[in-house]
Amino acid sequence: MGNGADGIFFLTGKDFNNAGTASSNLKAVLERMGIAQDIIRRTAIAAFEAEMNVVIYAVAGMMKYRVTDTEISVTVQDMGQGIPNIDLAMTEGYSTAPDHIRAMGFGSGMGLPNIKKNTDNLSVNSIVGEGTTLEFVIQIKD
Amino acid sequence: MSLDEIRDILNATVITHQASLRNSVESVYCADLMSDVLSFSDSGCLLITGLTNAQVIRTAEMAAISVIVFVQGKRPALQTIRLADEKDIPLLVTDLPMFDACGRLFEKGLRSQSASISRAPIVACHEGC
Repeated sequence: MGNGADGIFFLTGKDFNNAGTASSNLKAVLERMGIAQDIIRRTAIAAFEAEMNVVIYAVAGMMKYRVTDTEISVTVQDMGQGIPNIDLAMTEGYSTAPDHIRAMGFGSGMGLPNIKKNTDNLSVNSIVGEGTTLEFVIQIKD
Repeated sequence: MSLDEIRDILNATVITHQASLRNSVESVYCADLMSDVLSFSDSGCLLITGLTNAQVIRTAEMAAISVIVFVQGKRPALQTIRLADEKDIPLLVTDLPMFDACGRLFEKGLRSQSASISRAPIVACHEGC
C-alpha cells in the first residue's frame, strides 16, 4: 500500500436519507487504497453501525478516520444523549430504540456488540447529556 | 447459482438498470432486521427481505451483499432503486411470500452458510428494550 490517508465526515442526527453516506465514502477510500476485501467489510460494517447510532440517537456528530500501513483507526464522536450504562449497551439484544427505528430494521441491540465483533480494539466513552465517542481500530494484515 | 437462474426460480423481475445477471451467489441470508444482516450474513450472499427502505441498500453495500430480492411484490422507492444502481447491487422483486421464496431456493440447493456456524445464544431482552 505505501501511503496512508485520513479524513473526516460530518453526520446529522435524524437525517435518514443520508444515513450511511459517511461509511460509504470511507469504504470507497479503502477500496481505492487496495485494502483487502475482508478488512474493508469489517471496517464498513463497524463504521455503518456507529454512523446509524449517531443518526438515530444524536443531534450531530463526526467520523474521523486514519489509515496507515498497519491499521485503520476510526473515531465517531457525537453530541447526543450519551449512554448511561456502557456495559449494558454492549450486551446483545439490549436496546432503547423507539419503534420507528425498529421499523427501519435497526435498533435490535446488536450495534455496539457488532462493532466490537468486527474490530480489533474498541473503546467507548460517554457522558450522559453530552455525547459519546467511539474509537475502534482494525489491523491490516499482510 | 447464477442470478438469472434465481430470477427464474422466483418468477422475479429485475428492477435495477445495470443489473449484471452473470453474477452468481453461493449462499442466502433472509431477514427484515438490518442489524441481523450486518451481524450474521456472509460476504457475497443473496439477501431476501421484505423491507424496502434505503437503509437496506446501505446495509447491503457495507456487508458486501451481492443481490437483494424483495418479497411479497414490494417495490422500493425510485430513489432507493437509484442508490442500488449507483452501488451496482442488482434488485429483484418477486410476488412470492418470504417463506416460499426461501423454500424454492433451498429446494434448488442454496443454503445459509451462517446456519452452520455455532454461536452463543443472544441474551434475552432487558427491561426497557
